[in-house]
Amino acid sequence: MSVAARRPARQAGALPVVHVHHVSVRFGDAQVLDRVSFDLEAGQFLAIVGPNGAGKSTLVKVALGLVTPDSGHAALFGRHAGDVPERIGYVPQLKTFDRTFPATAVELVVTGLRRRWPARVRPPERNRALEALAEVGAAALADRALSRLSGGELQRVYLARALVREPALVLLDEPATGVDYLAEHDLSLLLERYQARTGATVVMVTHDLAAARYHATRALVLNSRVHGFGLPADVMCEACLQEAYGHVGHGHVPHTHARRVHS
Amino acid sequence: MTLVGELVEAFAFGFMQRALLAGLLIACMCALLGVFVVQRRLSFLGDGLAHAAFGGMGIGAFVIVVSGLSSEGAALLRNPLWIAVPFALLTGLGIAWVRDRTELSSDTAIGVFFAVAVALGVLFFSRIPPDVNIGVNVMDLLFGSILAVRGTELIIITLVAVGSITLLLTLWGRLAYATFDDELARTDGVRSRLLEYLLFGLAAVIIAVSATVVGIILMAAYLVIPAAAARLWARSMIAMTVIAVIIGTTTTALGVAGSYLFDLPTGSAIILTQALVFVIAAFTQRR
Ligand SMILES: Nc1ncnc2c1ncn2[C@@H]1O[C@H](COP(=O)(O)OP(=O)(O)OP(=O)(O)O)[C@@H](O)[C@H]1O
Ligand SMILES: [Mg+2]
Repeated sequence: MSVAARRPARQAGALPVVHVHHVSVRFGDAQVLDRVSFDLEAGQFLAIVGPNGAGKSTLVKVALGLVTPDSGHAALFGRHAGDVPERIGYVPQLKTFDRTFPATAVELVVTGLRRRWPARVRPPERNRALEALAEVGAAALADRALSRLSGGELQRVYLARALVREPALVLLDEPATGVDYLAEHDLSLLLERYQARTGATVVMVTHDLAAARYHATRALVLNSRVHGFGLPADVMCEACLQEAYGHVGHGHVPHTHARRVHS
Repeated sequence: MTLVGELVEAFAFGFMQRALLAGLLIACMCALLGVFVVQRRLSFLGDGLAHAAFGGMGIGAFVIVVSGLSSEGAALLRNPLWIAVPFALLTGLGIAWVRDRTELSSDTAIGVFFAVAVALGVLFFSRIPPDVNIGVNVMDLLFGSILAVRGTELIIITLVAVGSITLLLTLWGRLAYATFDDELARTDGVRSRLLEYLLFGLAAVIIAVSATVVGIILMAAYLVIPAAAARLWARSMIAMTVIAVIIGTTTTALGVAGSYLFDLPTGSAIILTQALVFVIAAFTQRR
């Protein structure tokens, strides 16, 4: 169980940090999201799981205001995401940035502080960025050109950028992609440490069901529509996963030990 | 007489001072714009908008002749730029709109607007009786005429330069962020769509006033070469911006001086100087 799960929920009865209501998104003929609704309270660690093309990234983008849903709405901290960028730390799944853009890792991390591209990185900003990079084991990358970083190295720099502003909500879209085994373990510990320190809410899209079970306090099983939302042990049962994934037994879907009934 | 002596003498002339001032203002705003044009791979936009300016100059010249302004006073109004600038602005926004609202690539959008603008320019210039003096010469428009910059043009250039340089510097952090990654910038509250319309509109106005001086045919090169050379030397976006401005202004000053001293077409002198810098940059680039 993670630290956050053991701690009593903060601000009980307060506004949910993430509020998604009846969100539907179509791309052409494909119904990518179908009336998705859920609320997430402060201090929770939510794992979003589901097969490829399930709409996980799209859901995250709806929450961030990057994709406008055809119907329904989403709010973060009761507001439109664009109104509270300083409270949100986002790590996108695809690093779509311009690879020819002249930039160093430190400059990208400083965008997390300034929310603008820095012309000159001031010493205090640089120190905070270096701390954030050290936290994710990327201190040595600070002055390297972004275009020269490997996939895993980039992932760490993006993570540092998301955390440097000390967000109350961390949204990570497959943050473990490309990072080696040890780093993946470090990543979970890092997020737990961060949560323990700040009481932040974490939303993480992941394909690692074992990690989702182990670290998350809530799970959302998604395949266009919500196939389950609640405690990981409850909603990630074999039957629910089979329904969502359309198959089990690929070996990568681990067995669940308990099948508790939750009120 | 020495070259230096000749130069000192040259810049004592009013027309040389005006040319230098206009050239430096244009170099500054084009270099600032150029870094975003290069990083966003919009080089063709420079061509398209320069030709839109040509269309606008044609319409402007025609309106001046038809309205009878060409023979009367009101010297300040008697300049086709007053029509060319808004015309180019509309074209720039039109291209941005097609990019935003359709699946067409910007190349295609620019190509269409480009052709329409040239067709309009040729059509309207052909409607002007050959014996009427409209104060613009088609050859000058195509190849530039910085040494012939007049008072009215200098006023327009100064207004546009002050406005666009202020805007580009104010929005630099946002523009650079959106250029780096549009979506990431949007999650940080940067209104990148609005910014793109603004960039295209600004590009249109800057190019319209610059093209009449640099020449429509050389405009795209003038916009792109300083930024491209700067990219080869720079390791940060701000360094690229500063180096581009330095290259743009020095090559323009050298080009103006060189064209006077050696009696060369000014546009060619500037572009060839820039090309020389680019070649040096290519061989000494930082990796
Ligand atoms: N901008 C878009 N235009 C058209 N279709 C899109 C767009 N973005 C996503 N899609 C489609 O929507 C579906 C869901 O995509 P999404 O990226 O949300 O899936 P995902 O659950 O994150 O998948 P993965 O596990 O592979 O990351 C996919 O079929 C994808 O092709
Ligand atoms: Mg995804």
